[in-house]
Amino acid sequence: MATSHAQKVGRWALAPSLAALTVWAFVPLAIAIYFAFLRYNLQSDNTGWFGLNNFYYFVNDPYFYKDLFNTVALVLSVLAITIVGGTGLAILLDQPFWGRGIVRVLMISPFFIMPTVSSLVWKNLLMHPVFGLFAAIQRFFGASHVLDWFGTVPLLSVIIIVSWQWLPYAALILLTALQSLDLEQKDASMMDGAGPVSFFRYIVLPHLSRPITVVILIETIFLLNVFAEIKVTSVGGFAGNLTYLVASQLNEATDIGEAAAGGLIAVVLANLVSIFLVRIVGKNLGT
Amino acid sequence: MGKIKLNKVRKAFGEAVIIPGADLEIKEGEFIVFVGPSGCGKSTLLRLIAGLEDLTSGKIEIDGRDVTDTAPGSRGLAMVFQSYALYPHMSVRNNIAFPLKMAKMPQTEIDAKIAKAAKTLNLTDYLDRKPGQLSGGQRQRVAIGRAIVRSPQGFLFDEPLSNLDAALRVNMRLEIMQLHQDLKATMVYVTHDQVEAMTMADRIVVLNRGNIEQVGTPLELYNKPNSLFVAGFIGSPKMNFVEGNTIGVRPEHLDISDKKGEWQGTVKLSEHLGSDTFLHVDGGKRGQLTVRATGESQFGPGNKIWMTPQKGRLHHFDAQGRATK
Repeated sequence: MATSHAQKVGRWALAPSLAALTVWAFVPLAIAIYFAFLRYNLQSDNTGWFGLNNFYYFVNDPYFYKDLFNTVALVLSVLAITIVGGTGLAILLDQPFWGRGIVRVLMISPFFIMPTVSSLVWKNLLMHPVFGLFAAIQRFFGASHVLDWFGTVPLLSVIIIVSWQWLPYAALILLTALQSLDLEQKDASMMDGAGPVSFFRYIVLPHLSRPITVVILIETIFLLNVFAEIKVTSVGGFAGNLTYLVASQLNEATDIGEAAAGGLIAVVLANLVSIFLVRIVGKNLGT
Repeated sequence: MGKIKLNKVRKAFGEAVIIPGADLEIKEGEFIVFVGPSGCGKSTLLRLIAGLEDLTSGKIEIDGRDVTDTAPGSRGLAMVFQSYALYPHMSVRNNIAFPLKMAKMPQTEIDAKIAKAAKTLNLTDYLDRKPGQLSGGQRQRVAIGRAIVRSPQGFLFDEPLSNLDAALRVNMRLEIMQLHQDLKATMVYVTHDQVEAMTMADRIVVLNRGNIEQVGTPLELYNKPNSLFVAGFIGSPKMNFVEGNTIGVRPEHLDISDKKGEWQGTVKLSEHLGSDTFLHVDGGKRGQLTVRATGESQFGPGNKIWMTPQKGRLHHFDAQGRATK
């Protein structure tokens, strides 16, 4: 129990970080809210109060519903892939095998590569219909017509690239969680007659429910903001998300007011999605 | 039901040999205690019986059936772990139900069994709590409940009381003994506490560095230890060894007098337990000796006393530490 004196000191010690947080987080948000209600276009002198018009125009943008769908589809698919794949990888990496330390380090490496760089690698070295590795493999097996990833399945391509980057993150968090599982529980479940599948279903998965919630929350925040992968692979017209739409309002239409309104809509969406997902996980894995 | 037979059971982790080769027959309905110092292999031996470790060589039979390669869940044994190993995310009810659920028992039957076990173990009011909300003793009961619902042929206990405080330990000890009387199932119990071993066991197995030193009833081990190790391990306070470890005598088998006797010494310390007094005596060339005097002893630090071993209570050992007649 902290004494009142210690609490007072603690409050003063916290003050600088709270002030910094306010300046860094709340001021930009406040400005964004303010801009969202202004007519504010760099190509026009006509500025002033604009009411809800920015929101109206953003929602009625021809790309809005498509990009909204893409946003949700991207977030959900990458979450599904990284959590299922990450759990699998974590279980594999938790087994003792020769060279485990090196494999663990290697596995984390995609997470350290800049999204722009990895997107370029995927675009030019792997998925390119002429020079790409995937096309070469297809041709090796005798395909006369290779898959043009970004032309035919742009959203899937982006999902694959982003999943590749986030899989290590999920695997790392889940591996750490797995290592904290008491081994006597494995012994106990074996004595109780549980096989490997039951052990996973009734002991491991519930143990992982909290770290999975953490992974979902953090990944959702970042996945709603995916931009580099879409921009670099030039699939914005087909697989753009809300972030991409906001950026194009800023860069191409130079409409700061509407971009701010779009940003606020994305914030609301982010909260809805994460609350929804965390509820589902809590209900199904918490037992 | 519940006869367990170990035949030349050997366990080695690479170069390190934990159990060089153990032969043991556990009778039906027997309460047998594995006792020994830390690292003597008693827990490993228990885990070998449970099937949680693979044998390096040898054979284990339960009721005449070779279970050497049988999965732990199919041996008809239940185990209670030192740290209880309850499933933290499940309620008490689901913890106890887990082995039945794994055995695909119908829900109505599961409910009946849980109700009965909960009543036996005074857990009825706690069935919907999580293990984290229970006290140590209650958790221990849940672990026992999870073991008894399957009606196993044998129970394995791995130092189940070592995480409890002294008062609770005595209570749970009695409860486990009561359980043994009620269920009449074979119980194998591992402990490093020789008081638990002496009070609970039908027979005690003393282990030393993976070897079975001696098997016998508590009083056999107390009266006729067949080695220096067993003599020193069983009995509290420890047996006194004199004449270069060739003669041993227990502290309670030394009569004391201030006038005459066989061995002379000076009291250094006295410990008063009320019912007894332990005198720590400097016995000169015989070294440090412990004497147990009944009631409140008149002797205290500085007193010169004479000690005489009671007739027939001396233990003789050879140079290898084996008992001789």
